Amino acid sequence: MFWNLPYFTVVILTFIAILIILTKKNLVKILLGINILESAVNLLIISIGYREGGVAPIFTLAPSMTMVLPTPQALVLTSIVIGVATSALLLSFTMVIYRKYGTVDVEKMKELRE
Amino acid sequence: MITDFVIKNAPILVVAIPLIGAFLCPLVGRISPMWRKTWVLGIVTVTSLIAILLASMVLTHGAITYVFGASTSDLTVPIDSGGIPVRIIFTVDAMSAFMEVITALVGFSVILYSMVADKERSNLEQYYTLFLLLICSVMGMVTTGDLFNFFVFIEISSMASAGLVAYRVEKGRAIEAAIKYFMVSTIAAIFFLFAIAILYGQYNALNIAMLAERLQFTLLDKIALILIVMALATKCGAVPMHFWTPDAYTLAPSSVTAMLVVTSQASLYGLFRFVFTLYHLHLNYVMIGWFLIIIGVLSMVIGVTMAIPQKDVKRLMAYHAISQTGYMLLGVGVGLAVLGDSTQLTRFGIIAMEGGIFHIINHAMYKGLLFLTAGAIIFRIGSRDMNRMGGLGHSMKYTMIFFIIGALSIAGIPPFNGFASKLLIYESVYLFNPFLAIIAMVVSILTLASFVKVFHSIFMGPPLPEYSNVKEAPLPMLIGMGILALGILLFGLFPQTVIDTLVHPATAALLNQSSYVNAVIGGV
Repeated sequence: MFWNLPYFTVVILTFIAILIILTKKNLVKILLGINILESAVNLLIISIGYREGGVAPIFTLAPSMTMVLPTPQALVLTSIVIGVATSALLLSFTMVIYRKYGTVDVEKMKELRE
Repeated sequence: MITDFVIKNAPILVVAIPLIGAFLCPLVGRISPMWRKTWVLGIVTVTSLIAILLASMVLTHGAITYVFGASTSDLTVPIDSGGIPVRIIFTVDAMSAFMEVITALVGFSVILYSMVADKERSNLEQYYTLFLLLICSVMGMVTTGDLFNFFVFIEISSMASAGLVAYRVEKGRAIEAAIKYFMVSTIAAIFFLFAIAILYGQYNALNIAMLAERLQFTLLDKIALILIVMALATKCGAVPMHFWTPDAYTLAPSSVTAMLVVTSQASLYGLFRFVFTLYHLHLNYVMIGWFLIIIGVLSMVIGVTMAIPQKDVKRLMAYHAISQTGYMLLGVGVGLAVLGDSTQLTRFGIIAMEGGIFHIINHAMYKGLLFLTAGAIIFRIGSRDMNRMGGLGHSMKYTMIFFIIGALSIAGIPPFNGFASKLLIYESVYLFNPFLAIIAMVVSILTLASFVKVFHSIFMGPPLPEYSNVKEAPLPMLIGMGILALGILLFGLFPQTVIDTLVHPATAALLNQSSYVNAVIGGV
């Protein structure tokens, strides 16, 4: 039960993030929602790779005991880097939108509604 | 020496060359604009040639695997790994080769066109960096044999294409389109990563072939399947996840739009790859098949009905792009719905799939051509509004001819390539369910009607005084369009050759899961 806690956290985080993305009108808040969603999936991958009482997966001079899986950690590192790039691009778009429209409220952006 | 190297490393070179070329582009561009042009054109030419070489190798010798960091590039399963492919593997089978050919053809003509069309813009170094990155990501998506790798390439393609859509700020409207597109595709990609996590958690593998062999189709696999299908259907712009498509396609520069069509189709490739190769018969194929058919039919009908009232020429073509995506989903969906029933599969399922897959390459060519002609018109008169156009047939004769070729092809009129693939879809879908075939035909007629209207309002009528000094599009733009138009004509005149050499092997590769698995982890 206790070791399932990370998975419950993932579910809760996902629902919070989806709720934020669907209900908030402010672009910056929506971006934060996307970031929470990313964190949720990163947490999921890391928890999948965790082994109870495991040590870091470094083979040189390691004590012979359970190791956590190395692949999920590599995946999460990559996914964090991608997440940073995504956030940076989205935030810079938001900045330009604020400069051009004077608002970050998605309800008030009507230029493309036809 | 060098040819040996290229032949041996072709799968990685088609990804690596545009990647390196992209990031060296700003440096080379500092020397002079001439150098930058030569560099970009050189990189795309080399990439396209290697992609076509790779495709011909695959079509003659069968699937090719390329393993990163192994002592030999075909050592997929190291002896001490216990039968698990531990490394990142690129797998190029006939379906991937088919997509490579599309990317090579369209990428080359689009870059050639963009050399003139975009020469007035500022910051061209960054523009071409993103453009080459987009080509790299599409090549990567279609060659990779690894789920996580596919996710990385999806993200690269979203980032590069969002940057390109936002490129002309247009008082913030292009940014709005880009942020819409990028948000939707980022969320889709995150859910795709969720699916990867679920599959990895169960089977400890990321390799598609390995997963395909181990898959049990548990409840979690079903959830993963739903996430994958939704994520990729969003990325390829099928109804009801289509709302980003018209905005992004309209506000991107025309050469980018033509490439975005190919990017969407790489996502469609991913959808077919995962459904057929990863899940195959484990799948509840009748239900997923009907799901693809239903979103296909919805895309067809909603796309074309939304296209008819549009005034903006590129927005209209964007809605037609959604509608044509529906044909591919319909064709392949019918194939999927009868996957387990071998008599029906041989009777019409395979033909329906061939039609759907043949339509991918045809669509990439005629839709690319149409967007390029629209771009040439916008380049000359500076407006996208069809109500303000008229009489351009007098001054832009070649553009008009290319437009006619593209428009007749999209409407499925012989002897152009759209007819060849649509006929395959009609006759096979009719055997499956006559009602669906009738919808497909009606949509085609509506498409024709819509394009007749566009043709009339842009090219027909007396020459307008405000456009009296409009000239024909410049030569490199015409050459770019000409390559695509020639392809359309050749594909329309000799469809059987194309089907035999490209489409049939691709369909067979999708249907034959075990050959894909054997190519990667065979002989263990």
